[in-house]
Amino acid sequence: MSLNIVVLAKQVPDTRNVGKDAMKEDGTINRAALPAIFNPEDLNALEQALRIKDANPGSTVTMLTMGLPRASEVIREAIYRGADTGIVLTDRVLGGADTLATSYSLAQAVKKIGHYDIILGGRQAIDGDTAQVGPQIAEKLGIPQVTYAEDILEVADGHIIVKRRLEHGVETVKAPLPCVVTVNGSAAECRPRNAQRVMKYKRAVSPSEKALLPAEAQAIVDAREYLQLKEWGAAFVEADPNQIGMAGSPTKVKAIENVVFTAKESRRIDNDDAQLEQLIVELIANHTIG
Amino acid sequence: MTDKNNLIVYCELEDGRIADVSLELLTKGRVLANSLGVKLEALVVGDKLACIEDQIFPYGADTVYKVEDARLYPYTSNPHAAVLINLFREIEPQIALMGATCIGRDLGPRVSSCLHSGLTADCTSLEIGDHTDPKTGKQYTDLLYQIRPAFGGNIVATIVNPECRPQMATVREGVMKKEIFDPAHKGTVVNLDPAKYVSDADFVVEIIDRHIEKSKVNIKGASIIVAGGYGVGSKENFDLLFELADVLGAEVGASRAAVDAGFIEHERQIGQTGVTVRPKLYIACGISGQIQHIAGMQESSMIISINSDPDAPINTIADYVITGNMEDIVPKLIKYYKKNSK
Repeated sequence: MSLNIVVLAKQVPDTRNVGKDAMKEDGTINRAALPAIFNPEDLNALEQALRIKDANPGSTVTMLTMGLPRASEVIREAIYRGADTGIVLTDRVLGGADTLATSYSLAQAVKKIGHYDIILGGRQAIDGDTAQVGPQIAEKLGIPQVTYAEDILEVADGHIIVKRRLEHGVETVKAPLPCVVTVNGSAAECRPRNAQRVMKYKRAVSPSEKALLPAEAQAIVDAREYLQLKEWGAAFVEADPNQIGMAGSPTKVKAIENVVFTAKESRRIDNDDAQLEQLIVELIANHTIG
Repeated sequence: MTDKNNLIVYCELEDGRIADVSLELLTKGRVLANSLGVKLEALVVGDKLACIEDQIFPYGADTVYKVEDARLYPYTSNPHAAVLINLFREIEPQIALMGATCIGRDLGPRVSSCLHSGLTADCTSLEIGDHTDPKTGKQYTDLLYQIRPAFGGNIVATIVNPECRPQMATVREGVMKKEIFDPAHKGTVVNLDPAKYVSDADFVVEIIDRHIEKSKVNIKGASIIVAGGYGVGSKENFDLLFELADVLGAEVGASRAAVDAGFIEHERQIGQTGVTVRPKLYIACGISGQIQHIAGMQESSMIISINSDPDAPINTIADYVITGNMEDIVPKLIKYYKKNSK
C-alpha cells in the first residue's frame, strides 16, 4: 500500500540553549543570537514517517513548513534524512499569525497538496510549546487527530494504530485515515543524514534561493526536478486574507516582559566538612529537615 | 459594553474523580467570575456521573452541566470536542478554562479552531483587565489576561482575545491553588441529552488498550525535593540524589535539561513544561537555573543550590549556595544527616 505522508516541520530558535546575549537590554529577544534549528519533536515525527515509508514501498514523504524563506533549510535537512520533497509556505502576509491563523494557513497548503493519508508533526514547537497547531489542522481538514503519539504500531486497510504516551500511562488507539498524528519527544529518534542523499540533494533550493545563484548553478537546478524545492504563497494556497497573519489571529499580545527574579541574599558555603555539617545541624534544629 | 456571559471550566475525569487541575481551575474561576460579576459554571463529560457535582460544588460552581454516555469515557477527541462546540454555541460563555493536560491540550485547540476563538496554552496567571487596541484605539473592558511564558520561559507574554468568544486558556496542574470555596455551597445541576451534542459519527477513534497508573511520583505534594540538573552528569549520579531523598524523606525532581539528556523520567520534571512545586525545602543539584525551571520552583520556602559554578543563575534565588562538585557534597550531606538526626 503506497501512502502519501505529509510531515509538518518548523524552524525554531533554539530556546533550550539561551545564552546571556539572547535577550536585549529592552527585554526583547535577540533572534540573531539564537541559532535556528529543526524543531526537535518534528524530527521524531519525520522518523515515524520514514518508517511508514520503509514498510510501505512507493509511499512518499512530503515536508511542509511555514516560515521565512530560509526555512528551506529544514526541508533540505529532512530530505538528507530520507524525505522525498518539500514545500516552504512563505509570504509576508502570513507573518504575525497565532496558532489559529497558522493552522488555517497550513491546512490550506495541505489541501493544495491534495492527496494525503497521514499528516505527521511534532507534538509542539519549542518556541511556543502550545501543541495547538496539530489538532487545529485536523479540525480544519475535518479529520481525526491522535496526539502524544510515541509509536505507530500499524498502518493498514485505511486505519492507523498508534501508541500514545500520556501523563500517567499509555493508550493504544485505532483511527481511520486520513488523520493527523502528533509525535512526542519520547518516540524514536530520527535517523541521521544519509551521506549519499546529502551528495545528491545538497544543491536542492527553493525559488528564492535559486534566484541568488549564478546562472550556471541555476541551470543545474533547472535541469533536475529533484533539486527544486517548492515555495508557496498565501494566494497560491487560496488563503482567505481575513484568516491569515495578524488579521486572522484572535489572540493579541498585549504586553511582553522580560523575566526577572528577585534575588535573595544567599549564604555561601564551601565544600568543607565542618561547614556542611554545620548547615545540616541548623536545618535539623529549625525543623526544615528531620 | 460589558460582557455578562458566564465563565465555564471543563472538568476532567480520572476514575470517577474530578482531576486536581480542574478543581484548581474552579478555584481560580470563582475568583475571576466574582470580579466579573458572572456565574461560574462547570462541564463534566463522561460516564457514571451520578453525584459528580458533589465534588464540584464545594469549589464554588453555580451550575454543573453533565453529559453522560458510556462512550464518552475514557476521553476521545472528537466526541468531547463536539460537546464543547455545541454547548458553547448555545450558552456562549465568555471564558472557558481547561487543564493543560494531555486531554485539555488535545481538546482545547480542536474546539478553538471550530469556534474561531483564541486559545492560550499553559497560562501561569489569569487576571481580568482592560485593553485598548494600539492600532484602532478601541477600548475593551474586563478581558481575560492570559499570562504565559514564551521562548523557553525567557519572556512572559500577556495575551488577550479582544473580539472572539469564548476566551479560552489552559493551565497546568499545580500552577493555581486548589481551595474549597464553601463546603456547603450548592448550585444547579443541568443534565444534557448527549444525543443533542454528539453524533455517532464523532466516535471515529477507538481505544484498543489503556494502561493508566496512579503516578508513583508525587513531587507536587512533597515537602522536601532533591532536584538534579544537567550538571548531575549521568543516570548513575541521580542514584546519589535518590539516596539523599531517601534519608530526608524527600522526592526527586529534575530540570528539563536532565530529562532531555535521559538521566531521569519526564514525570519528575519541574518547571514551566513540567510540574510547579512549592516545597518547604528545595535542594537543587547541578541545576544552572534556566528561567523555565526557576519559574516552577521559586516559591519554595528554602532553596539550597549545590553547583560547581559559583555564578550559576539559580544561586541568586538560593538561600544557601554550596559551591562544589555534587558527587562530593551529596554523600557528605547524607553522612552528616545520619550522624546528627535521631
